[in-house]
Amino acid sequence: MSRNTKKSARSESVSAVRRAKHGWIWTLIFAVISLLWISPLLIVLINSFKRKAFIFKNPFSISRYSLFADGFEKWSKGIEKAFFGVQNYTNGIQRTNFWSAFGCSLFITVFSVAAILLFCSMTAWYVVRVKAAYTKLFYVLCLFSMIVPFQMVMFTLSKFANMMHLGNPVGIIVVYLGFGAGLAVFMFTGFVKSISIEIEEAAMIDGCTPVQTFFKVVLPIMKPTVVTVAILEAMWVWNDYLLPYLVLDINKYKTIPIAVQFLKQSHGTIDWGAMMAVLVLAIIPIVILYIFAQKYIIEGVLAGAVKG
Amino acid sequence: MEKTIKKYFPLFMLPTAIAFVIGFLAPFAYGVFLSFCKFTTVTNWKWVGLDNYIKMFSKGADVDVFVHALWYTSLFTVVTVLIINIVAFAIAMVLTKGIAGTNLFRTAFFLPNLIGGIVLSYVWLMLFNSVLQNYHLTITSSPWSAFWGLVIVVSWQQIGYMMIIYIAGIQNIPGEMIEAAKIDGAGRWQMLRYITVPLLAPTITICTFLTLTNGFKLFDQNLALTGGSPNRMSELLALNIYQTMYGMTGWQGVGQAKAVLFFLLVAAIALIQNKISTSREVA
Repeated sequence: MSRNTKKSARSESVSAVRRAKHGWIWTLIFAVISLLWISPLLIVLINSFKRKAFIFKNPFSISRYSLFADGFEKWSKGIEKAFFGVQNYTNGIQRTNFWSAFGCSLFITVFSVAAILLFCSMTAWYVVRVKAAYTKLFYVLCLFSMIVPFQMVMFTLSKFANMMHLGNPVGIIVVYLGFGAGLAVFMFTGFVKSISIEIEEAAMIDGCTPVQTFFKVVLPIMKPTVVTVAILEAMWVWNDYLLPYLVLDINKYKTIPIAVQFLKQSHGTIDWGAMMAVLVLAIIPIVILYIFAQKYIIEGVLAGAVKG
Repeated sequence: MEKTIKKYFPLFMLPTAIAFVIGFLAPFAYGVFLSFCKFTTVTNWKWVGLDNYIKMFSKGADVDVFVHALWYTSLFTVVTVLIINIVAFAIAMVLTKGIAGTNLFRTAFFLPNLIGGIVLSYVWLMLFNSVLQNYHLTITSSPWSAFWGLVIVVSWQQIGYMMIIYIAGIQNIPGEMIEAAKIDGAGRWQMLRYITVPLLAPTITICTFLTLTNGFKLFDQNLALTGGSPNRMSELLALNIYQTMYGMTGWQGVGQAKAVLFFLLVAAIALIQNKISTSREVA
């Protein structure tokens, strides 16, 4: 008996050592792979400070001389020649009118997502609590809208939006609320169905109106789902290209993806200096947000994928 | 209680319902209607019955491009589904071993997913073309370089996403089952074959269908990376519909008919997925 325990203890420690050893190798391998994985973004960052002519010719080097073959002096001179500070940024910002595009994207994303969260959570609660044919129909239509690709409605939607003068950052919120309602209502209803009705009944007996009941009792319980839906819809709206391109009055308002795409269209060929700088400016806010809200973003994406 | 809530219809239901009609329902219904019309705007239309659907597949300037786009998209979808799922699964297996740095690696792999398709495509366009220029080529030199360029961009973008789902699935496998299999002397491949993969079936279904619909509906990357070049031979379905609609005067009706067909294809995929998922829940 004691021998057996000893033996198993030993084999356990052996396997623990082996696992640790393997783990160390895996860590090393994955450190290299994940660095390579994000290297395209790092390359763009470095090249955004280089002169136009040096970007496209060789984006992978920082000097046209080799440190080993040509010596340190030549090499460092090559670096000086290739880099010229933030000129790409001033150029890119000016060409794309970047800050206005950034403001436009931010405005549309924040208020569209806010509208979706507020109205769709209310609607979802109503749909679950009021059992009628029209609420059921609305729910089914929401499910249905989730499988319809945007190309199906792009022509008619953009023309309707145009006729109703929704082609501005405020009007497009209505379009996003309508097209984003499917997913939001679906996710919120899924959650409301799991809340027990007794709490709400108690609140109503205590004299709460439905509005008070919803905002003071129901909405606080829904918080995790609100975060999930907020992340999913924000990722969609912020990165969306075709919908704002077709709906917005493009001469007046551009979102970031539209501004990036225009950097190519207006010149035929691409000014890679300006492009690198604008790409960096477009990516950095996302990376910063990701660093701070990583936990929520990954959980949100996961919840959305499994339910959707 | 239900009665009291019901009175609040204008507040709780109406705003969403109105926006839903404007943003989805009316454009959808009218889109179906217009697919049977010859039209230039929503007010200027003439009923032509099934003409658009027939024109879509009969001889004309556009039909070769469309048929090409159909199988080009199918092939693209199959290739990306395989690559994304296999690589994402492999990474997820390693990142559930509990090795040091797991969180950091997961962060890095997931990052590209947050960046939009247009922005990502220009990152890669620079890389592709600066390498290819050494051989006097560009990414759109042939439909096949464009194809693999798109595959790389889309895989890079989506592998992190699917990896997250696979990691969650693998972590949900009960530890006792793995222990039991180990005690029974199962080898590493046997574990994978008889424990991990079967228990991950629901996760695999989700990821397969997500990548399937993503591949089918791909637009932004296609527009930014290749724009359909060369000669519209790297157009995927979504871009083909867009070009028919906005690039060819007089073909709006055919474009809308293509969009309806496109919708039916995507809907069919969604229904098949639903059937598989629910049948598993029953069984």
